[in-house]
Amino acid sequence: MSSKPKIGVYICHCGINIAKTVDVEELTRYAVKLPNVRVARDYSYMCSDPGQLMIREDIRKNGLNRVVVASCSPRMHELTFRKALVEAGLNPYYLEIANIREHCSWVHKDKQEATAKAKKLLQAAVAKVRFLEPLQEKEVDVEASALIIGGGIAGIQASLDIANAGFKVYLVEKTPSIGGRMSQLDKTFPTLDCSACILTPKMVDAASHPNITLLTYSQVESITGYVGNFQVKVRKKARYVDFSKCTGCGLCAEECRLADRVKSEFNMGIGNRSAIYLPFPQAVPAKYTVDPHSCLFLTRGKCGKSPKCVEACPAGAVDFEQKDEIVEFKTGTVIVATGFDVFDAARKPEYGYSDYDNVLTGLEMERLISSSGPTGGKLVLGKGDGEYVPKEIAFIKCVGSRDKSTGNEYCSRVCCMYTAKLAHLVKDKLPEANVRIYYMDVRAFGKGFEEFYDRVRREGVRYIRGNPSEIFKRNGKLVIMVEDTLTAKPLEDEVDMVVLAVGLEPRRDAREVIDLLRLSQSSDRFFLEAHPKLAPVDTATEGVYLAGCAQGPKDIPDTVAQAKGAASSALVLLSSGKVKVQAQISWVNEATCRGCGYCVEICPYTAIELVSVNKMGHEVNVARVNEALCKGCGACAAGCLSGSVQQKSFMDSQILPQIAALGGKS
Amino acid sequence: MNSEVRSFLEKHDLLGCVQCGRCTGGCPVTARTDLNVRRVIYESIDEKMLDKMSKLPDIWDCTTCSTCAVRCPKGLKPLEVLIGLREVLVESGMVQSTVRDALESVFQEGNPWKKPRATRLDWAEGLEVKIAEPGEKVENLIFVCCTVAYDPKLQDIARNLVKVLNKAGVDYGLVGDGETCCSSEVYNLGEAGLFEMMVEDNTELLKGFAADRMVTISPHCYSTFKNQYPLLKMEIVHYTHLISELLAEGKLALPKEVSKKVVFHDPCYLGKKNNVFEEPRFILKQVPGVEVLEFERKKERSLCCEGGGGKMWVETESRKERLAETRIKDARALGADVLAVACPFCILTLDDALKAKGFEEEMKVADILEILHEAAG
Repeated sequence: MSSKPKIGVYICHCGINIAKTVDVEELTRYAVKLPNVRVARDYSYMCSDPGQLMIREDIRKNGLNRVVVASCSPRMHELTFRKALVEAGLNPYYLEIANIREHCSWVHKDKQEATAKAKKLLQAAVAKVRFLEPLQEKEVDVEASALIIGGGIAGIQASLDIANAGFKVYLVEKTPSIGGRMSQLDKTFPTLDCSACILTPKMVDAASHPNITLLTYSQVESITGYVGNFQVKVRKKARYVDFSKCTGCGLCAEECRLADRVKSEFNMGIGNRSAIYLPFPQAVPAKYTVDPHSCLFLTRGKCGKSPKCVEACPAGAVDFEQKDEIVEFKTGTVIVATGFDVFDAARKPEYGYSDYDNVLTGLEMERLISSSGPTGGKLVLGKGDGEYVPKEIAFIKCVGSRDKSTGNEYCSRVCCMYTAKLAHLVKDKLPEANVRIYYMDVRAFGKGFEEFYDRVRREGVRYIRGNPSEIFKRNGKLVIMVEDTLTAKPLEDEVDMVVLAVGLEPRRDAREVIDLLRLSQSSDRFFLEAHPKLAPVDTATEGVYLAGCAQGPKDIPDTVAQAKGAASSALVLLSSGKVKVQAQISWVNEATCRGCGYCVEICPYTAIELVSVNKMGHEVNVARVNEALCKGCGACAAGCLSGSVQQKSFMDSQILPQIAALGGKS
Repeated sequence: MNSEVRSFLEKHDLLGCVQCGRCTGGCPVTARTDLNVRRVIYESIDEKMLDKMSKLPDIWDCTTCSTCAVRCPKGLKPLEVLIGLREVLVESGMVQSTVRDALESVFQEGNPWKKPRATRLDWAEGLEVKIAEPGEKVENLIFVCCTVAYDPKLQDIARNLVKVLNKAGVDYGLVGDGETCCSSEVYNLGEAGLFEMMVEDNTELLKGFAADRMVTISPHCYSTFKNQYPLLKMEIVHYTHLISELLAEGKLALPKEVSKKVVFHDPCYLGKKNNVFEEPRFILKQVPGVEVLEFERKKERSLCCEGGGGKMWVETESRKERLAETRIKDARALGADVLAVACPFCILTLDDALKAKGFEEEMKVADILEILHEAAG
């Protein structure tokens, strides 16, 4: 260090957030007396323009070379103050934040004690800032393309936005077609648009866009690298159908020996398909796929004399020799739009979902009532001679949502409205049916939602306030045990059909995506955004964004809005073409490193490797940090047995005085 | 708000209730009595109401079957609120004499049936039984249960268990005449102070045995030792668990055929309270000749027999059909020869109902152990 530290200390009131609990004036008087402190000031909002100006002017006038701001968490305003330092001509890493809000004023009540603790925190920051060293931020180029994982409405919208801005997009979808959950819906609430009608054009746009490479029936195998420079490996699963030859005519499916005998995922198992199939009529791409789990030829190696599909295909497109293919490419950013699964109603055995065919989930009801569904939109239950039209129909809300017993404490946000919509559709198809909805609250918060709820009630749908406890069968009828809580009467309501308004859950294979991108989950198990208010589409992994229900339950308008937000965030990166990499990264003292490789094992970003160097005539291994990959998490520094790995701005020489200050008497 | 009332509110998390009605909707006794536990919660939030609430006869309708707690979406235990109100009444000393006598008997004789402690092992007379010695190693310490030990209608359950264990060569030992009520019903009747004392004494007594685990005959003892004895660090299993093990490991042969249609009634304290659903069914399926039937309302949806929660000492006023009678009718409609249970209280209520319905000729109520003993020959 060339010059003696001259420290400025700036204490923020944060309105009354800090000042109410911490005596800021006392803290300021205390700060001036600390070693190397030249100036200490307090101010109502240090992050405001006048607050920053105060810091900048002090740096210039008093020749300060170190700054401590005692304020909120560094996550909030560290960047703000770093910028102020740069503007005043100081290296931005000569800044230390003492968090006296989250770590002090917000969590304490007693002003005297809180002030004493704030002094400690401040003293520790001052102790550390003296030893900080200037760091240089580096920039790297950004690969001008994006990877979108998930081809539902979120992934499609994000892809279109990025592609329209002129950048290359790889849209990877696990199933044979894009379209996602939205393609399964009959109508959308509250406008009653035909879901497929508004979605299909977007699916086609995505498939035909010159900037979009569609990789359906594909899964991302690995993503390495870092923001701006991700290396992606995708497995294109064998479809056993030659893409260039298949015309989508469907003769293969008609002839398949298992025609109408394999449960259709698209129809939620209430309709069937063939082993070679198009998931739904509007599927994009309109190419057939052989399901390897049911196809006789693939599971048993034999399908009659020869597979019927092969014989039936006029284009000769069926190809059982086809193998999985690995596709590799580079992208600058990633958007995760993997969507949701619906709650498995079998996990609430009291509702008898596993036992009774006439207890359906909301999504099954969508397929049953949809004109493209297995009954062509006829609302009938039972098969063949047992077919019947239900007359008494009940909906039960909050199944697997707002329910600690299922581990899902959150509200799924869409069930109130999809229930109202389905009830409306039932009344539309069966005006004579008696429809009731059992609820504990009605949450109609979106644009046009309350109006729709009003409309549905006036159409004759009865809303009964009580959350049913049990369903069992008696004399062929479903009996719902429920209390009408408004009259305090327990009821045994006999009905022909129950629709469970199942909530939304994270995808059951979410773990794979987490491992791929090192994402975090919030307590509800959906992917965690970087900040719930101010960075709702960002993640802790730079260059990786979230869109749609992967981040939390939401309806279509919110999903599309978030997808556009994620696309916009990705575009900021792509259009600037450069990205700054973390400066507070690890550094290895090669002189003392023993090359044990422990840090290599610990590093979650594969940012450290062992390299061979010549030490006094001997070839020995030492650890070396890849500066572009290192995220500055500090795991290696904490783990290093010989203290040879140090994290910049958190070196032992910097944090030990800080810790000592915390332990000493103030 | 005084601190004691705040603790009632906090202890039962009354403010966490969203009044959804799942507790009352699923409550088996609500269907035949005036009990509405959702309203009880709503009104108990007001501290001034507690005394009045404790005097509601409805609070004694609860059988502590736990359906309300299992179904509650917010993690409340409505039955505990009712027990809490019973506590308020017990503290005021204004409980029914039957309840007072049962509690007194537990305190004096270690059982709620006013029977002398000295006769606790009478059921075992003439049988080859092993009594565990404190400090001496034993694999399975057997806890018989007061009701099984003293009720002549139920003593066969214990005898059958011992015979089966002897036959299978199991290393076991009875707790013996020192065995003292688990006090499940003491707790349910609202005598928290006595319960606490019994837990301390029993913990001390049972710790003295060098047992790997304790096997109970009654699901009520099982649930209580397992969930309400924090300092008893011993594995607790129900006898259906032990028997399932023996059958799975081939240690218990069942040479005799029992050609009967058997339907199993899930005891609340085994099923709803502790999620033991499979063991009893597994056992029945191992018995040659037995055809296992299932109730419509089975496992998580099983219907309470109204035997628990202190109902042995407090009668419910209702002209509506007893749930045990509903159960008997349902079993009959299924064409069952035997309604099998694994709980002494269930036997008592269901057997009464069987007689009330006049189905003694066509059907019988039996503990699984009875069927097992028959099959073991």
